[in-house]
Amino acid sequence: MKSYFKTTHSRLVLFSLIAIVGIFSVSRIQAQDSLPEPVMPVLEESVTIIESSLEPASDFNNIMDLALSLDTVWMLLAAMLVFFMQPGFAMVEAGFTRTKNTANILMKNVVDFTLGSLLFFGFGFGFMFGEGSFIGAPSLFSVSFFESELPVEGFLVFQTVFCATAATIVSGAMAERTKFPIYIIYTILISLFIYPVSGHWTWGGGFLMNEEEGSFMMNTFGIGFHDFAGSTIVHSVGGWIALAGAMILGPRIGKYDKNGRSKAIPGHNLTLAALGVFILWFGWFGFNPGSQLAASGEENRVAISHVFLTTNLAACAGGLAALFTAWMKYKKPLLSLTLNGVLAGLVGITAGCDLVSPIGAIFIGLICGVLMIFAVEFIDRVLKIDDPVGASSVHGVCGFMGTILTGLLATEDGLFYGAGSGFFLAQLFGAVVVGIWAFGMGFIIFKILDKTVGLRVERRVEEEGLDIYEHGEAAYN
Amino acid sequence: MKKIEAIIRKTKFDDVKDALIAADIEWFSYSEVRGIGKDRQERIYRGVIYDTSSIERISLSIIVRDKNVEKAVKAISDSARTGEIGDGRIFISPVEDAISIRTGKRGDATLFINDSE
Repeated sequence: MKSYFKTTHSRLVLFSLIAIVGIFSVSRIQAQDSLPEPVMPVLEESVTIIESSLEPASDFNNIMDLALSLDTVWMLLAAMLVFFMQPGFAMVEAGFTRTKNTANILMKNVVDFTLGSLLFFGFGFGFMFGEGSFIGAPSLFSVSFFESELPVEGFLVFQTVFCATAATIVSGAMAERTKFPIYIIYTILISLFIYPVSGHWTWGGGFLMNEEEGSFMMNTFGIGFHDFAGSTIVHSVGGWIALAGAMILGPRIGKYDKNGRSKAIPGHNLTLAALGVFILWFGWFGFNPGSQLAASGEENRVAISHVFLTTNLAACAGGLAALFTAWMKYKKPLLSLTLNGVLAGLVGITAGCDLVSPIGAIFIGLICGVLMIFAVEFIDRVLKIDDPVGASSVHGVCGFMGTILTGLLATEDGLFYGAGSGFFLAQLFGAVVVGIWAFGMGFIIFKILDKTVGLRVERRVEEEGLDIYEHGEAAYN
Repeated sequence: MKKIEAIIRKTKFDDVKDALIAADIEWFSYSEVRGIGKDRQERIYRGVIYDTSSIERISLSIIVRDKNVEKAVKAISDSARTGEIGDGRIFISPVEDAISIRTGKRGDATLFINDSE
C-alpha cells in the first residue's frame, strides 16, 4: 500500500512537471507566433525601397544571393540522391543474378563509379559542355571554362552522377559472363566518349537542343529536342549500349536449350532486387526534380513539386501496369516483372516529367509498364539476346518510348493537345539519333574487343562462377 | 535392387540429370555436399590467400533395379566427365528391400511409376 502510494505520488509530481513545462512551451510558441507581425511592415518597406530605387539595393542582392545558395543546396542534395542510385543498381543487379557472380557484379558497380567520376572530371565534362559542334573542346582536369550562375564544381558533381548512371546500366545486361578487364575498358569508353558526345549534342548545347534562329532543329521541326532529366540522354544511351553488348557477348551457358528455347535462370535474391528498386525510386526523386537545377522562387518551387508528382505517379502506374500485364500473360502476379515495371515507368517519365500533366504521367507509366514486358519477351525469345536484368528493355526501350510520348502528351506542344506534329517529330528524331549513336558505338567497341581480346570468360569460369576465378573472393562464404 | 551413389561436380548436375532422364531413370534424390579431396580452390580474402579445404559437390542417390545399373552408370559417367581432377566417383551397393509408403508394396514394384515399369 505504502509503495503504491509512493509510485502514484511520484507519478503525480511527474505529470504536474510535464504540464508546467507544456504550458511554458505553449506560451513560448504563442510568443513566437506573434513575432513576425512587426517584421512584416519592415519587409514591405524594404520591398518598396527596392521598387522605388533604380539602383539595385544591397538587400535585393542579398536575397538573390541567398536564392542562388538555395538552388545550389538543392542541386547538391539531388546529386546525393542520384549517387544513391548506384547502390540501387548494385542491389538490383546482384539480386537478379546468381550467387556465384555476386562479388563480380558488386565490383563492377564500385568500379564504374570510381573510374567514371575521375574520367568525367578529367575529360568527359569538357567533351560534354565545351565549345564545339560534334564534341566539346576538351579541358583537361579543369572545369573553369564553364560559365554558370551555379558553382561550376557543384554542377560537375551533379553531371558526374548522371554519367555514372549511364555507365552502370550496361553491367547488368552483360552480367555473369564478361571478363572483368573488359568491363573496365568499356566503362572508360562510355564515360570518356559515348555519353559525353551525345550529351554534348543535347545538354551541352549541341544541335539537338539548339533553339536559336536558323539552327537545324528550328528549321526542320520549329522546336528543339526536349529531354528534361535523361530518358534518352542517360537511360536509353545505357540501354542501347547494353543491348549491343549482350548481343555480341552471346547468352549465358544454359540460357537457351538445343532447340533455341529460352530457359529461366532465376536470380538468387529477390529481396535485394526489391530493395534496389526502392532505392532507385528514392534516387529518382533527385534525378528528375533535381534536373530543374533550381528551387528558389515561385516558378522553380512549383516546377520541382510538379516533377516530383509526375515522377511518382509514373512509377506507380508503371509498376501496376506490369503487374496486371504479367498476371494476365503468365497467370501469376510476378514480383520480378513488377519491380522492372516500376523502373520502366520511372525511365519513361524522365524525359517529359516537367511538360506533361499528372494524368499524362500516369499514361506514360502505364504504356511503359506494359511495353517493358513485351520488350523483355521479344528480346529474350525472338532476338535471343540474354539480358539477365532486363536493362535493355527497361532503360533502352522505355527510355525511347518515354521520349517520344513526351512529344504526344506535353501540355503545351504535344500532338495530343492539338499543337501539331513538330514537337513529336523533334522528339522522335532526337531519340533515334542518340539511339543510333549509342547502339552503333557500343556495337563497334564490343565487336573490336570481341575480335581482339575476347569479351567472354572461359567456359569453366562461367560454370564455376566469376567470383572465385576472376576475383578469388566470393560474396557468400 | 541396387543403390547408386555418385559424387559429381555442381556444374555438371544439369547435364547428368538430363542424361539420367534420357536413360529412363526419372526418380532419384540429390543433395549438396561438402567433402575433402585433392581438388583445391585457392581463394583470397582481403589479401590473405587461403585454401578452401572443403569442396562443394552434388551427391546423387539413385535406387534402380539390377538390370538398369549399367545404364545409369554409363549415363552418369558420360555426362559428368570433364577429364580434370575432381570429376567425382560412383559407388554401387545392394539394397535389401524397399517399401512404398502409400501402397505398402515391397521390392521392385516400389520403383514403378503408376504401376507400370
